[in-house]
Amino acid sequence: MAAITTTPASHHDEPDPTVSYLKSTKGLMSWLITLDHKRIGVMYLIAVTLSFALGGIFALLVRAELFTKGKTLMDADTYNRMFSLHGVVMVFLFIIPSIPAAMGNIILPIQLGTKDVAFPKLNLLSLYIYAFGACFGVYSMINGGVDTGWTFYTPYSSSDPAHGGVGSPSAVIPMTLAAFIMGFSSILTGVNFIATIHKMRAPGMSWRRITLFTWSLYATSIIQVLATPVLAITLMLLTMERFLGLGIFDPRLGGDPVLFQHFFWFYSHPAVYIMIVPAMGVVSELISTFSRREVVGYMAIAMSSLGLALLGFLVWGHHLFVAGMSEYATMVFSALTFLVAIPSGVKVFNWVATLYKGSISLQTPMLWALSFLFLFTIGGLTGLFLGMLAVDVHLHDTYFVVAHFHYVMVGGTVMGFVGGLHYWWPKFTGKLYDESWARVGWFFVFIGFNVTFLAQFVLGSRGMPRRYYDYLPQFEQLHQVSTIGSWILGFGFLVLGIMFIRSLLGGKPSPRNPWGSAALEWMTPTPPPLYNFLPGKEPMLTRGQYDYHLATEDELYDGYDDPMFPGREHDSRNKAKPSEGEAH
Amino acid sequence: MSTEAATEHAAGDDHAHDAAHGAGHHGPKWLAHHYDTPIQQFDAAKLGMWVFLAQELLFFSGLFVAYGVYRNWYPEMFKAAAHQLNKEMGATNTVVLLFSSLTIALAVRSAQVGNRKLTGRLILTTIACAFGFLFIKFFEYKHKFEGGLLPGRFFHPHAEHLVQGAPPLPANTGSFFSIYFMMTGVHGIHVLVGIGVLIWIWIRNNRGDFSKEYFTPVDIVALYWHLVDLVWIYLFPLLYLI
Repeated sequence: MAAITTTPASHHDEPDPTVSYLKSTKGLMSWLITLDHKRIGVMYLIAVTLSFALGGIFALLVRAELFTKGKTLMDADTYNRMFSLHGVVMVFLFIIPSIPAAMGNIILPIQLGTKDVAFPKLNLLSLYIYAFGACFGVYSMINGGVDTGWTFYTPYSSSDPAHGGVGSPSAVIPMTLAAFIMGFSSILTGVNFIATIHKMRAPGMSWRRITLFTWSLYATSIIQVLATPVLAITLMLLTMERFLGLGIFDPRLGGDPVLFQHFFWFYSHPAVYIMIVPAMGVVSELISTFSRREVVGYMAIAMSSLGLALLGFLVWGHHLFVAGMSEYATMVFSALTFLVAIPSGVKVFNWVATLYKGSISLQTPMLWALSFLFLFTIGGLTGLFLGMLAVDVHLHDTYFVVAHFHYVMVGGTVMGFVGGLHYWWPKFTGKLYDESWARVGWFFVFIGFNVTFLAQFVLGSRGMPRRYYDYLPQFEQLHQVSTIGSWILGFGFLVLGIMFIRSLLGGKPSPRNPWGSAALEWMTPTPPPLYNFLPGKEPMLTRGQYDYHLATEDELYDGYDDPMFPGREHDSRNKAKPSEGEAH
Repeated sequence: MSTEAATEHAAGDDHAHDAAHGAGHHGPKWLAHHYDTPIQQFDAAKLGMWVFLAQELLFFSGLFVAYGVYRNWYPEMFKAAAHQLNKEMGATNTVVLLFSSLTIALAVRSAQVGNRKLTGRLILTTIACAFGFLFIKFFEYKHKFEGGLLPGRFFHPHAEHLVQGAPPLPANTGSFFSIYFMMTGVHGIHVLVGIGVLIWIWIRNNRGDFSKEYFTPVDIVALYWHLVDLVWIYLFPLLYLI
């Protein structure tokens, strides 16, 4: 090999591949320059969790302001900035990277049976691009934030009063640049995952054996790669329009604001599938594990993820029904929108069929998965109301829309995210959490969420427009119900936050497979070693990851009665547990 | 499933070291620790680049749609404005870029057969073409600035600097130059990035990183460079000719 000219491999400072990834190397730098997908995922997880908390605070402030008619806490300008920042932070900083970049990063390579993602350096780069973009976002917030809504509609966003325009005086450019930059982080994650899923599967890991979580990340990555660049160029045009007065989106300069809406939703509608499809993947895992059986309709669920990815690109026009599109275009977009219900329905029915005659255990992750099923169905069905042309004219830009997408995004994605966080928490940290407090937290979140947003369905159908600072007296009572709901919701998340921190500080060590799952990530030590599998124990699959009937008892049980309540003896299963060395 | 069953690392390469070297070193130096075989690594890199190029295409697509919409609305304005662009310079740049695509393709070939010296020369030629493209572009931009043919708000044409005998420019011609500068500007940034990665593979080639067995970076950088070329092949007729 003539090519080798530089440093010989040094062996003495190499990390030990047999200890947990959390302990294989030490020090802050070993995290900041790590190429290990698990550590990168953990850093993402911390970042998105903090963003979620920040976005949540903005949401609580918005709801608090709406508690009474007129001014409650802040003036109208501040209120506009609060709901805009809530949207921007939740969409770009939290929900888009939440499941794919944070959880997917950690779990995907392990579920594929590989040591890392295809491009570890690119993976780290995408984390730093995300952080760099977030800096722009924070800079914008320090300079007063934005008051355009997260959608940055032109010409309000693009016409700068500093250059004689009539639009928003807020710090729009840094915020659009933030979203622009973070978009590249999302694209690179997508590129990485697609290459990983295609090329890095372990021996025996056929396309029919990858998990449904992997399928969902595959579909998501396709959307990330094909939709995000359109947002990037749109935001770039918007930035330049505000800066140079390009005249592409501003009618005063000969531009067309509806063109911006087309561009924006060509990304942002597929983007809602970037948000929801990974959560569907998580839920598939949870329902299979806690029903202790193979998922029904594996291929149907997998293909419906791809179906959503495809249909997601064809329905952006339903955001523009009242923006002045041609009648024929609205009819086509309306019809295409109804098609989205098919893959969504396929998933829901298959999950329910999986529950049927499953051996269901209602541990906390399963509570979140069932909440997802319940709330996503409401969110999905109300989407059909909005896809209907005549109904949409009445409901457009009302609280009905707000309630609809919160049922999908919070009732769907956040439920999936938090459920996945509970499910994989032992895998990430090696610690168990307190099951009782976790249930208390779930209870408050579930109740609080429904109180907050059911009220908004009613408000919207009675004509309360979204984003308004003030409202008519007849809406006050329902607004107060909604605000009280937001406090219950916030309290629930507070309980969960404390519960997870307590687990980190003093949680009991987790067994290898606390849930008795048959999936590959639970077949390796918890937390996983540096290269995911112990040297010499790299996986070769002889069964599918949901094949509970083919899994051996040793793979599924590891000596705890009920790992969430170690020491409690109520399960007869353990008494029958074979002693070491007994052959099966 | 048998996690117990240790899989043998399918050693498709002759250079696989003893497994005792640990998980990080199981093959030639350039084989990253998480890949089993060189072919797997090459395929992953190539697929990754193609997916990235799909992203690039969608990135430019927004500009092409904007071009299509505005051309459809203001065809006479686009026709008049196109007269202010320098067809000779545009055509020269097209030839320069096409030639650079040829040289980088030849560079891939010579890397594949392990001809390091030739690879280096061909990469250098490509870099020279890229600089040549930007050099010509610089003079085109300079003329536009002198003529006040600038985007949107800054559009203030000076009659004495315009092309003589061309049709008069309508008042909204600023939109054309907005699109012109956005499209050629974004493309120019891609050329700059291309120069960066070309220099990177040139240095690595000089360092002797590449061989018959390992030439992946040359291959994927060439793919990227072809895209830069391809975008220009559409930009030139759309902006200058029709």
